[in-house]
Amino acid sequence: MTGGAHGVASEFLGATVRTATPLLLASIGEVVAERAGVINIGLEGVVLAGSFGALIGATHGGVAAAYAAAAICGLAMAAVFAVFVLWTSADQIITGTAITLLALGLTGTLYRSIYGATGALLTLSTEQPLSIPVLSGIPWIGQALFAQPPITYFAYLTVPAVWWWMYRTHGGLALRAVGESPRAAAAAGISPRRVRLLALLFGGLLGGIAGGMLVVAQAGTFAEGMSSGRGFVAIAIVVLGRWHPVGVAIAALVFGAASALQYLLQALGLALPYQLFLALPYLLTLAGLAGVAGRVLAPAALARNDEELA
Amino acid sequence: MLPAIIGGIVAATALLLAVGGYDVAAAARALVGGSFGSWYAFGSGTLVRATPLVLTGLSVAIAFRAGVFNIGAEGQFLAGAAAATAVALALGDASRLVALTLPLFAGCLAGALWAGIAAVLRSRFNVLEVISTLLLNFVAGFGVSYLVRGPLQEPTHIYPQTSTISLAAQLPRLGAATRLHAGSLIALACACIAWWVMRSTAAGFRVRAAGANANAAAIAGQIDVRRTTMRAFLVSGALAGVAGAIEVMGVTFALYENISPGYGYTAIAVALLARLDPAGVIVTGVLFGALDSGAAAMQRDANVPSVVVMVVEAAVILALLAADRIRIQPRAHAAVAETVIAETAA
Repeated sequence: MTGGAHGVASEFLGATVRTATPLLLASIGEVVAERAGVINIGLEGVVLAGSFGALIGATHGGVAAAYAAAAICGLAMAAVFAVFVLWTSADQIITGTAITLLALGLTGTLYRSIYGATGALLTLSTEQPLSIPVLSGIPWIGQALFAQPPITYFAYLTVPAVWWWMYRTHGGLALRAVGESPRAAAAAGISPRRVRLLALLFGGLLGGIAGGMLVVAQAGTFAEGMSSGRGFVAIAIVVLGRWHPVGVAIAALVFGAASALQYLLQALGLALPYQLFLALPYLLTLAGLAGVAGRVLAPAALARNDEELA
Repeated sequence: MLPAIIGGIVAATALLLAVGGYDVAAAARALVGGSFGSWYAFGSGTLVRATPLVLTGLSVAIAFRAGVFNIGAEGQFLAGAAAATAVALALGDASRLVALTLPLFAGCLAGALWAGIAAVLRSRFNVLEVISTLLLNFVAGFGVSYLVRGPLQEPTHIYPQTSTISLAAQLPRLGAATRLHAGSLIALACACIAWWVMRSTAAGFRVRAAGANANAAAIAGQIDVRRTTMRAFLVSGALAGVAGAIEVMGVTFALYENISPGYGYTAIAVALLARLDPAGVIVTGVLFGALDSGAAAMQRDANVPSVVVMVVEAAVILALLAADRIRIQPRAHAAVAETVIAETAA
């Protein structure tokens, strides 16, 4: 820390980015799923499964193995969700809740059976920050944005990549068509079920990596239920970001900044209860939803199951 | 159908435990012994845990019936528990009647208010209640954390919990043999009333109609759908709030963090397994109470992590979804909607 205002600002930005990036990854995945008309409340479970996968991967391999395992676990949870929602037309909200419970129970049981009931504090090999030359030298924001673990840069890149794919390719058009009107899409020769399956799996992949990031790039260890609501927050961020990749990126940053506010206010010496700061991002999200949700339309077919999904 | 589902889930859980390297036979003995094995286990374990589950289960069942996805029973439970504790502590040694009724009422009100936030967000601002209730669950958790470390902390300021509420505010035990308290009778009464209201009254009919098909209810039934669903939402919150109040007044006698081991989430499995029928919630509440109680014994005696219960809960929900094709969303209830229209026309 260089001390003074610069140090505080740098710490604030660093904390913002740290909180925002896992949320960004998870919500970019969820945007794709929701634009196909599926809301996956089980994202919380997907993220948690990803964290657990990263634990397994990191203990048996290195950082790369951790992310691979995280992605696979996230993918698996999303696949279970997809099977129930797309093939038995089960209710999306209830299925998602069950997926979250399933992940909480499975990871807890397996964690205790593998690592013992006491859950000895594990320290895992973590991802080291990689400074990007020139960019990391930008005053104020350089260190916070561009001296991060590589996975953070991956998260940045998903935003333009998903935006481009969603709005500039036939695949993206098909995705949005299915989210607005599966029947019309089917009439145009698109298989809504196939599109939704792939969208959900993509969401599971990114959600799993987001969970892995919590372990490998941040905590350096696993704790039961360590996703602690990030999956739920990511779903709110999708609404706040108006179902648009760029909007989602902004919303994730705002949530991260709200969470990081505690560092700033602590530095100012304000003696407010810390729980207020913990609750603040959630309250701001609720306020933001009240401001946004009334004016913006969700994908028309969101959370609906059509019987004749082909 | 039900036996097949239960059998399948039992087998799957046993398999999971076997894979995890646990002694399945010992686990099963502990599970049964800790839930139905003795009168003490049944009363102090199963029924004590069933009490909040029946109430939160009713909360979810009524909301879902009305087409409201209230996933916030957990937060409403915490709000009720906090309000009941605050009122009970403030009252001190009031007369028995006041000391018992006011905290219960406060819990009821706090639960309804907490749900009311999400209800207003839905009706005024179009915010999906699924998201708002989930977020409010976290806010409620932070709120309780603040209370037990701040204004309501016990006088020595060592433990993150409140003082014990006065004897007058503690719900009486039902007999000396077990820890079963009068709160279980309140839960039972609530379930019976809810069953009667939903089945036999105009209000219950409006709730079912609005939840089954909002358009048909509004057009053919002349029902004010928005008002009906909002009222159901508030009642749902009140029930979860009462559950929190009863947990404090009958079991813990103080407020602390993690006072709920996820009753609000288990409630979803309780309600769905009961097919959203309030009378059925009594049975499924006891079933899940037994499961919780048995799992605690399993952890104690067979060293099996009790979180395995969550896997069972998830399996119950998923099995029901697959077997029954339960769909609560309005448009999927064409058949019910037709009945409603027919009933209204007659």
